[in-house]
Amino acid sequence: MSKDQPGSSHERGLSRRTLVWGLAFLLALTLLWVGVVILLDPEAITRMLVSFYRLTGLEGQAAAIDERGLQEGFTRLITAVFALIVGVGGIWVLFTTGNALIEASPSPIRRHLRPWLFILPAMIFLGVYLVFPLVETIRLSLLEDGGFAENYSFVFTDPAMQVAMRNNALWLIIGTTGSVVIGLLFAALVDRVKREAFAKTFIFLPLAISAVGASVIWRFVYVWRPEGSEQIGLLNAVWTGIGNEPVPFLQTMPWNNFFLILIMIWIQTGFAMVVLSAALKGVPTELVEAARIDGASERQLFFRVVLPSIRGAIITVTTTIFIVILKVFDIVFVMTGGRFDTEVIANRMFSEMFRFRNFGKASALAVVLLIVVIPIMVVNIRNMRRQGVGT
Amino acid sequence: MTAVIDPQSTVTLDTSIATGTRRSPFGRFTHNPAVRISVFVIGFMWTLPTAGILISSFRAENAIRDSGWWTVLAHPLEVGQWTLENYVDVLGSAGMAEAFVNSLIVTIPATVIPITIAAFAAYAFAWLKFPGKSFLFALVVGLLVVPIQLTLVPLLRLYGDLGLTGNFLGIWLAHTGFGLPLAIYLLYNYIATLPHEILESAAVDGASPFTTFTRLVLPLSFPALAAFAIFQFLWVWNDLLVALVFLGSGSDTAILTAQLNELVGSRGEDWHLLTAGAFVSMVVPLVVFFALQRYFVRGLLAGSVKG
Repeated sequence: MSKDQPGSSHERGLSRRTLVWGLAFLLALTLLWVGVVILLDPEAITRMLVSFYRLTGLEGQAAAIDERGLQEGFTRLITAVFALIVGVGGIWVLFTTGNALIEASPSPIRRHLRPWLFILPAMIFLGVYLVFPLVETIRLSLLEDGGFAENYSFVFTDPAMQVAMRNNALWLIIGTTGSVVIGLLFAALVDRVKREAFAKTFIFLPLAISAVGASVIWRFVYVWRPEGSEQIGLLNAVWTGIGNEPVPFLQTMPWNNFFLILIMIWIQTGFAMVVLSAALKGVPTELVEAARIDGASERQLFFRVVLPSIRGAIITVTTTIFIVILKVFDIVFVMTGGRFDTEVIANRMFSEMFRFRNFGKASALAVVLLIVVIPIMVVNIRNMRRQGVGT
Repeated sequence: MTAVIDPQSTVTLDTSIATGTRRSPFGRFTHNPAVRISVFVIGFMWTLPTAGILISSFRAENAIRDSGWWTVLAHPLEVGQWTLENYVDVLGSAGMAEAFVNSLIVTIPATVIPITIAAFAAYAFAWLKFPGKSFLFALVVGLLVVPIQLTLVPLLRLYGDLGLTGNFLGIWLAHTGFGLPLAIYLLYNYIATLPHEILESAAVDGASPFTTFTRLVLPLSFPALAAFAIFQFLWVWNDLLVALVFLGSGSDTAILTAQLNELVGSRGEDWHLLTAGAFVSMVVPLVVFFALQRYFVRGLLAGSVKG
C-alpha cells in the first residue's frame, strides 16, 4: 500500500515531523524562559549549585554552601557563564528548532514564515529597546510633570538650561571644528613622512580609552595648587613656569568649558584623522599630477583640488563627531558634574532623571536631542534608498 | 559613537587604512623638516597626558603629591622611586578588582548576543524576500542615530516594574537592543556583497536558507563579525551612561567606568589611586588596540555609526 502511494506516506511523515519539531520548539522556548527566570533571581544560581551537589552525592559541599554562601565573585562568574549559555545557546536552539519546524511544515507556510524566523528576534529587540521607548519618551515629555507647556518652557527658558544650551553650542562648534581640522591637518602631514602608521597610532590611541579614563587623565593635567606650592598638574606647571599665577582651570568660568572641550577633541581627532587619511589616499593620482603640471602650488593643490575631492569623507566625519558631541555626557559628569557653568543637555537630563526624578523634564531634554538628529536621520534613509539598499 | 552614511562609503572594511600601506597619490616622502617636526610635536602632545598617568601610577603616594611626574624623567633609573603599591590599593580596597570582573561579565554577553541576533537579521535583509522589508530596513537605518538618552526614562521605569534594575540580565539585554541597529547595518553591508554564485549554487544543491547561513554566510562574514565584535566590546567596556542607569555606581555590580567615576567623586585628590585606577580601566582596551589594531580600525571606522 505505502509502496503504491509514496506521496501520502510522505505527507503523513511530514505532519508527524511537524508535530515533533513543534514540540521541540516549544521546549526550547520554555528552556529559554526558565533560563531567564533563573538569571533574574540572584539566589537561584546558588540554590542550583547546592541541589546539583546534593544530586551527585556531594553532601558536604552542599552543606558548606548552605552555611556560608558562595563567594560573591564566584557566583557572578557562574552567572555570566550561565548567561552566555542561555543567551547564545538559547538563541541558537530557538533558531535551529524553529527552522526545523518551518522546514517540516507545508510549503506555503514554509515560504512565508522562513524570513520571519531570521528577522523577528532582532525586530522584537528593536521594538522593546528603541521604538517603544522613543514613542514613550515623546509622550512623557508632553504629559508628565507639568505637561507640555511646563516641560518645554523649562527646557528653553530656564536660566540654568540657557547656560546648558549655550555650552552645547560651544561644544558642537569648537569640538567638531577642532577635531576635524586637526585631524585633517595631521592626516595631510603624516601622509608625507616615513613610518606613517606608527605616527598615527599616537593620535588614534585616545579613541580606545573610555571617556571616564580620558577625564581622569586630563583632570591630572589640569590639577591646580595654590601659588607657592609645587604644581603637579602639567598645564599649571607650564603656565607658572612662564611666569604666571596658577589657574584653577576647571573652576574658571567660562574658560573651563574650553578645557573640557579639549578632552573631546583629544579623543575625536584620531577618528577624523583615520577616515580623512584614507580619503586622502583615495584621491586619484592623475588629478594630483595634472594639477602639478598646470603649475599649482602645494597650497592651491590642497585647497582647490584635494579638499573638494574628499568632500564626502569630510561631511561624514563632521556629522559623526557632531552627533557624538551633541550627546556629550561622561566628560562633564566626571569632571565638574555640570557645576561652574559647565552644564550640558545630556548631563542635565541625567540629573533630572536620577536626582530630581522629573521624568517629564528629562524626557523633554531627550526630545531636544532627537530633534537635532532628525535631519541626519532623514538624509541617511534617503541615501540608503538611493543606493537601493534593503530592497 | 555615532554617525552617518557616506553615499560613496567604501572605506568601512578596508584594511589598508589602518596600516597606511596604500600608496599616497601625493608621491614621495618629504624632507621638509617643518612637516616632520609638526608631526612629531602633535604626536608628542597627544601622548603626554596618558604618559603622565602611566608614570604617576608607579610612583609613591607622597612623591606624586610633592613633585610633578615629569621630574622623574631626570632620574628614571632610580629603582627605589617605583612601586606597585598603588595597584595593590586600587584593586583591593578601592574595589577595582571586583569592578574589573563585573566589566568582563557585562561586556562578553553584551557583545556575543547582539552579534548572533544581528547576523540572522542581516542575512534575511540581504538575501531573503519578505513583505515590509524595505520599511523595516529603513527603520534600522533610522534608529542608527537615535541618541540613547531617548530610551532611558521609559526603560528605567519598565525595568523598575520588572525588577531588572541592578541585574546583569537587564544590562545585557539593553546593550543588545542598543547595539542591534549598527550590528545589522554593518553585517548587512558585508553579507549583501557576498558573491551571488556561491549562495545560489548552495540553493541548487538543496541547501535550505538556514544551512546556507550557518555553513556559508557566517564563515565568510568573519571580517565583518570581528570588526563589529571589537567595536561593541569596546563600546560596552567604555560606556558609563548605560552602566550608571541600569547597574548603578558604588554597588557590588558597578563596572570599571562607574567605579572609577566613584573614585573621582570620593577620593578626588588621591592621585595615586586615580592614576592606577584609570590605568586598570584602560588596560583591556589598550591590549585590544595594540593586538588587533587592524580589526580595531575597521571596527571603529565601520562602527562610527552608533547612537
